[in-house]
Amino acid sequence: MEIVTQTYQAKIYVTLRPSVLDPAGTAVQTGFKQLGYDNVGPTRIGNYVELTVSAADEAAASQQVDRMCDQLLANPVIENYRFDLQLAPAGAAK
Amino acid sequence: MKFGVLVFPGSNCDRDVVLVTRDLLKQPTRMVWHQETDISDLDVVVIPGGFSYGDYLRCGAISRFSPAMQATIAHAEQGKLVLGICNGFQVLTESGLLPGALVRNRDLHFICDRVSIRVERTDLSWTQTYQPKQVVTLPIAHGEGCYYADPDTLRELQAHQQILFRYCTPSGEVNAEANPNGSVENIAGICNRQGNVVGMMPHPERASDPTLGNTDGLSLFQGVLESLSVQGAMA
Repeated sequence: MEIVTQTYQAKIYVTLRPSVLDPAGTAVQTGFKQLGYDNVGPTRIGNYVELTVSAADEAAASQQVDRMCDQLLANPVIENYRFDLQLAPAGAAK
Repeated sequence: MKFGVLVFPGSNCDRDVVLVTRDLLKQPTRMVWHQETDISDLDVVVIPGGFSYGDYLRCGAISRFSPAMQATIAHAEQGKLVLGICNGFQVLTESGLLPGALVRNRDLHFICDRVSIRVERTDLSWTQTYQPKQVVTLPIAHGEGCYYADPDTLRELQAHQQILFRYCTPSGEVNAEANPNGSVENIAGICNRQGNVVGMMPHPERASDPTLGNTDGLSLFQGVLESLSVQGAMA
């Protein structure tokens, strides 16, 4: 019997923990000020990752992406992560 | 005593370390390609500076999964010596062999300079040839050398005397002005709780050959040599 898997697309956001200084974000904020945007508050820069996984169901896909984030995409010492998962459109990620 | 120097795609201080251990200290030394799995012939593993795997994702994040690093983790777990310099320090924190993390320098600059470093602990193989609180001058060259640890980790580091090197003024004062990159507590180098794994941002291998005008870093390698020859004599 063929095992049916679905392809899911994950959109992953990795951000620095609030306690970690983000000098790059501060520099960008200063840039906004120089452009005249005086109303811009603290600016933080992170990473955005898109990937697809095939899995039996959404729970399995979610569990795997969570592990991949913890193992490689984010360093839990300095970063937090969150992700959105949805069924990839047919024909995607072949 | 046999030294091994890990070589990742993008390492660029590997040869400098080999020059110190093989040519200056006359010790058998071999370079270990990142795909190697057997390093059981080695007494000391050095993870050199550079930009392993292009520093993609985070410095040291990908090197950590290489076969040579898996072997190095096993080597460290046996209580054998490991030294990570600069990118090597980043690899050690990413792999969990040392606590904390190294993040972007406070002022965003890549810093290439010679700085004063105070040796905080001299009862380890690595640091035994220094005097307590001795101030040495070592080169630094990094963009992500700002040491970060959360308050709990920092307390642990202090409680177990794991802070080995601190950035200081030439007279040995540890203060904000002497901190080049924003590291917490001016930390330039630490060890694990057992003391066999050491990570540091400054480059001792670039301050070892008298031709270069500074040999403050050579003592680090000599200390290891002394401790292992004593062990050998006792065995």
